Amino acid sequence: MTDATGSAVREPVLTISDFSVAYRTPGGDVRAVDKVNLTLHAGEVIGLAGESGAGKSTLGYGACRLLRAPAIITGGSVKYQGRRLSQPVDITQLTPDQLQQLRWREIAMVFQSAMNALNPVLNVQDQIVDVIRVHLGLSRKAAAEKAAGLLDLVSIPRSRLRSYPHELSGGMRQRIMIAMALATDPEIVIMDEPTTALDVVVQRDILAQIVELKETLGFSIIFITHDISLLLELADRIAVMYAGKLIEVGTAAEMQHEPAHPYTKGLLNSFPSLHGPRRELAGIPGSPPDLNNPPPGCAFLPRCGYGTEACTRIDMSLAPVSTSADPSHLTACPFVQPGTPLPARGRGLGIVGADGAADPADAVELAGQPPARTAGIPGDAPLAHALAPDAATALAAADGTGPGQEEPER
Amino acid sequence: MTRDDSAASGTSSDGAMAAAAVSAAAASASVDSASADSASGPIGGGIVSAAAPRGPLAMEAISLLKDFRLGHGQSVHAVRDVSFNLYRGGVVALVGESGSGKSTVARLLAGQERLTSGTIRLDGKTVSIASRRAFREYKSEVQLVFQDPFSSLNPVHTVGYHLARPVRLHQGKKSNQDVQREIVALLQQVRMTPADKFTGKFPHELSGGQRQRVAFARALAARPKVLLADEPVSMLDVSIRLEVLSMLDELRRRFQLALLYITHDIASARYFADEVIVLYAGEVVERGPAEELTQHPAHPYTQLLVASAPDPDHLGSTLRDGPRPDSRKSGQAVAVTVGCPFNPRCPFADDKCRAEAPVLQRIAADRAAACWHLDVAAPDVLASRQGGGDLTN
Repeated sequence: MTDATGSAVREPVLTISDFSVAYRTPGGDVRAVDKVNLTLHAGEVIGLAGESGAGKSTLGYGACRLLRAPAIITGGSVKYQGRRLSQPVDITQLTPDQLQQLRWREIAMVFQSAMNALNPVLNVQDQIVDVIRVHLGLSRKAAAEKAAGLLDLVSIPRSRLRSYPHELSGGMRQRIMIAMALATDPEIVIMDEPTTALDVVVQRDILAQIVELKETLGFSIIFITHDISLLLELADRIAVMYAGKLIEVGTAAEMQHEPAHPYTKGLLNSFPSLHGPRRELAGIPGSPPDLNNPPPGCAFLPRCGYGTEACTRIDMSLAPVSTSADPSHLTACPFVQPGTPLPARGRGLGIVGADGAADPADAVELAGQPPARTAGIPGDAPLAHALAPDAATALAAADGTGPGQEEPER
Repeated sequence: MTRDDSAASGTSSDGAMAAAAVSAAAASASVDSASADSASGPIGGGIVSAAAPRGPLAMEAISLLKDFRLGHGQSVHAVRDVSFNLYRGGVVALVGESGSGKSTVARLLAGQERLTSGTIRLDGKTVSIASRRAFREYKSEVQLVFQDPFSSLNPVHTVGYHLARPVRLHQGKKSNQDVQREIVALLQQVRMTPADKFTGKFPHELSGGQRQRVAFARALAARPKVLLADEPVSMLDVSIRLEVLSMLDELRRRFQLALLYITHDIASARYFADEVIVLYAGEVVERGPAEELTQHPAHPYTQLLVASAPDPDHLGSTLRDGPRPDSRKSGQAVAVTVGCPFNPRCPFADDKCRAEAPVLQRIAADRAAACWHLDVAAPDVLASRQGGGDLTN
């Protein structure tokens, strides 16, 4: 765990400061990533959690400038300090040539959809050799040798080198993606939902393999997922994103045992656990806000059970959790503490056995949420024109159902 | 997509639906009339479903078998001898990995695939879909909801259109006013309010969760007795899943739906289902009450599934210790033609497992597993359940 590995004293490899990304749309800028500060240390696994549209992929791609118009970086810096570099570089200032040397060689990506990321008309060997030759300049023979070694690394038989992507199972394809990412011995691997499309058994194998490879090869990982339960096991630190902002950062243990932000609390109460006693699950009602037209103050307010009028005036900047011994445990909510109990919402699957327990009054659904701006694939044009035009009324409606009933802490 | 008359029209294989011929010869006449008896009576292997107390028997799947021809005289047994019952108001979860045949079972039950052999009964009557008309009638009783809310709705049609079609077809509502009123009611049932705001929207204007709600509303428009939900939440965000599942749970209660919940997420089955049936390579390897099965899995495959689920309560326990020794074999399920299908991956496998396929063995009145070595794999389950099982006999 974090303390044992001592990640706090390790060198930072990636320092993201006040980093902002916006999508230029006819209706104005959509602030997909808003003044994010995050530091990745050598050998560390940072989990980036949040729901679709929270900006987590945009942050990951943006940090290595993989975004295409209409996404633009509107501010901040990303300082990269690798072992192979004599001095740190600011990725946001690099020329295209410098970028090409940096990408993959220093920072590699594992994309979510291995079926789409792999070239269907090239066999496994050709794809890996291609990467190695471009980035390491090895001879074809040496590259082929290395490709075979990489398959060993991810436990795929060498006979598969001649296979085409469609001949491989989903898990194998994802392993090939990981092997390709590791082909150039990068310092940082950014993984965007690498196991989301996979079965649990395969997922676990691959995660275990990632951890093992990380220990052997010593790279750092930014692991992007909407499944915080995975991160609790996998990550050293977890950064939770909501509406383009980081709303809580802490170690996995802190996130699990003393989540501070109401959204994190909600996330942790959203998934059924297989082990241990059955908990009452609350979930998070409603949908993420329209970033085209963000509500004033805290963006989570319409869905937050603790909210008060004061929440419309906060600026969602991160500050240390006042009750935490660890100064690096940060939250964007100045009102709610780790110990504050969840607001009594009383709807959920924990009460499946008790018939008639669902409260019809709870059956109010927030309307008009933005379906667009998934920002999954770099260059993916945001569908901002498709944004619901009436999000403001939806938020107004939501205000009536969500906050106000609970007294805030302090 | 030319046929909008069912929630099932989202996939490409509509052509296969026309006639799912069911061999009536296989049906033993005795059960047909005796629905009162079979409502609580035993199903394959003398096991009582944990969903049985929820309500009357709605659907019976008896020894379903489905082969897919590969050509060159080869075929794949996608589903082998799968039997279970669905009860009104009860949830049965079908759990397994991709390729285990769980979606094929749903498609068989929905009449979208032709059975190789076996019988499906609805309300005690053997299902026979010989004509288009019969298929439509069947569809008004049995509805299927798909995993992918992005491809199961037609992008060029509004929410209102998606719902109006089945309302007209299945409920026979003719006047526009009636149809509109029904659409509003349907949207309210899936918690999409205010409903009139959504009727004119196109699928791309909705979030994934909202699309899936529309898919459920479309299924409900037929006023079905049986709802087959094929991975209904696995494409949705974790924070949205619970909302959709709790909505589904409410619908089940309100309309006394017999629900088949297909998932690879055994943890959600624990919370959501009454009975869990675990499929592996097309066969039922274990079945039992959801809580018991997930807390004390008996079959080695169920044990592997349970052990693989993310477990925040054991922070980093197994992941950081590296993979288990046997887990590396799991990359591909090897096609096994003789013996237990799980034997290449099973830590307990021996010569017997490689030679002879185990049948479902009754552990208790409502629990069974197909394994030769339950005494080694799950001694605790055997010990505790044999006592309890005797009581219920």
